Amino acid sequence: MKKQTYTTPNEYGYYGSFGGAYIPEMLHRNVEELKTRYLDIINDPSFKKELDELLADYAGRPTPLYLAKRLSAQFGTNIYLKREDLCHTGAHKINNTIGQILLAEKLGKKRIIAETGAGQHGVATATVCALKGIQCIVYMGEKDIERQAPNVARMKMLGATVVPALSGSKTLKDATNEAIRDWINHPDDTHYIIGSVVGPHPYPDMVTLFQSVISKEIRAQLKEKTGTELPSSVVACVGGGSNAAGAFYHFLDEKEVELVAVEAAGLGVNSGQSAATSQLGRPGILHGSKSLLMQTEDGQVVEPHSISAGLDYPGIGPLHAHLFETGRAKFLSATDQEAVEAAFNLAKMEGIIPALESSHALSALTRLSFSKNDHVVVCLSGRGDKDLATYMKYIK
Amino acid sequence: MSRIKSLFERKNKNVLNIYCTAGYPKADSTVRVIRALEKHGADIVELGMPYSDPLADGPVIQQSSTVSLGQGMTIKKLFEQLKDLRTQSNIPLILMGYMNPVIQYGFEKFCADAAAVGVDGLILPDLPEYEFETEYGAIIRKHGLDFIFLVTPETSDDRVHRLDSLSTGFLYAVSSSSTTGSDKNMADAGAYLERLEKMRLRNPVLVGFGIRDRASFQQAGTHANGAIIGTAFVKALQNSDDEERSVREFLAGVL
Repeated sequence: MKKQTYTTPNEYGYYGSFGGAYIPEMLHRNVEELKTRYLDIINDPSFKKELDELLADYAGRPTPLYLAKRLSAQFGTNIYLKREDLCHTGAHKINNTIGQILLAEKLGKKRIIAETGAGQHGVATATVCALKGIQCIVYMGEKDIERQAPNVARMKMLGATVVPALSGSKTLKDATNEAIRDWINHPDDTHYIIGSVVGPHPYPDMVTLFQSVISKEIRAQLKEKTGTELPSSVVACVGGGSNAAGAFYHFLDEKEVELVAVEAAGLGVNSGQSAATSQLGRPGILHGSKSLLMQTEDGQVVEPHSISAGLDYPGIGPLHAHLFETGRAKFLSATDQEAVEAAFNLAKMEGIIPALESSHALSALTRLSFSKNDHVVVCLSGRGDKDLATYMKYIK
Repeated sequence: MSRIKSLFERKNKNVLNIYCTAGYPKADSTVRVIRALEKHGADIVELGMPYSDPLADGPVIQQSSTVSLGQGMTIKKLFEQLKDLRTQSNIPLILMGYMNPVIQYGFEKFCADAAAVGVDGLILPDLPEYEFETEYGAIIRKHGLDFIFLVTPETSDDRVHRLDSLSTGFLYAVSSSSTTGSDKNMADAGAYLERLEKMRLRNPVLVGFGIRDRASFQQAGTHANGAIIGTAFVKALQNSDDEERSVREFLAGVL
């Protein structure tokens, strides 16, 4: 039996008491196939070579680790931004979709499905499907389709079919339900590219491994710049938690590195309009795994709120629930207003317009204390172009 | 002996299990629907506990869950509705639902309260065998409830045997790879059901998904002990203001 550590779930997919594969029998064969084969495929030298080449030549990796001097002066420490916003398609999401499309090819799948909230993962999936000439169907909540028209257009231009999720609250969680239902109905030819570190085992581990390139690069780049591999803190936003999982991964077992996960507090943690799952959630089961989940007393899933569509999810990945429960990561939150302020601050101080999601991570800097020799890494998970309509409302 | 077991000892062909959503079409319909089903010839009732995110269900059953939840249905209310059922009815009753609401209620308390009101078995499609064996199965058995696993055309022979050995009551054979209420029909299920029949399973087999009328019910019966109808019945209850009449008319078209 595989030993469970922070970096590796046990053979049933558990990180502590969270994880597992709570799926109906209709999904068993596909999930079992993935579970049996994903590690062998990922560790195969020819797979690694192809993945590394695409990450370098197509996605634009390694992304810079940038010492933000004016921001550093503002906070009295050394702040490094991991520039995932410079990846192709504008966010870290492409790290995972490139990995999974190569995996789908190895599994002989001819049809790709995905869920998307704001559309970033949908665009990253449509992109790699175009790259490989594979059919792509993206499920997106009907409400999100209305709210995120430019990303819908991008997906369509890339050749994907965008299917509105009309059930439930018509947002990300329902798009995920519809993608899972599609997979149940197409057991032979379809691979489901989940966009975050959620879903049944082995998805949380698999997506974490594909995103772990972020912390692998941080370690090497920090060593080159400072002589030490280990930052004092790594700060990342958490919706489902894929960029945080990737930014934390190679530091999980380095106890001296402080890991800071920043959730979306929406209008305030106790406002009833929030997405701060670690504060508001209880253990529960959604989308095939046990984790922390925002829900009513009767176990019905609650619709969260955040200004950032990418953090607007009622759960968090089981790895993060475990990091929260064991205290390995510090969980903070930022309100809609605080995130917007952090975005404007970064734009003015460094000439970088961050995504609203990443702005939550930046906002946490105001609530952490540093000494002047610290090395603080913030994962700048995505760029802000997609959020201009929101930012425009705040420009005076 | 459990009500389900004694049913199959009395009758092992053309057993009809009807699915309905608790608290649907009206909040207080539950017991009226169960009694009407018993009166008009159903053999088993599978009562769905509504959930906000029913992964294995198609639009019709999702919609019935949404309506039921909107009318305030909860597991607690369901047990209140069922508390006098056994003074009026002896039909085998199975609760079907998803894990999350059940674990929030408290898994052990759920099993105890279900057994206390006379529920006979459980179908929890997202409870996997590993968690069943290590944690939940013993609690279910302790309270004398049957537990029914699903198998599909994709399930290997070895796994069918394994899930059969963990199940009591009957085994639920999903007729095609789909969510409930899909338009895939029974036509392709023949070879699969014949394969199950030849495996000489411990439990009786009921076929579900795609059974909607007399023809599909009869067809399901050729290689199995009976069938489960869900979506077609939920549709028949949509907008019904006389549950007994809707049940009578529906069953007249099947039996």
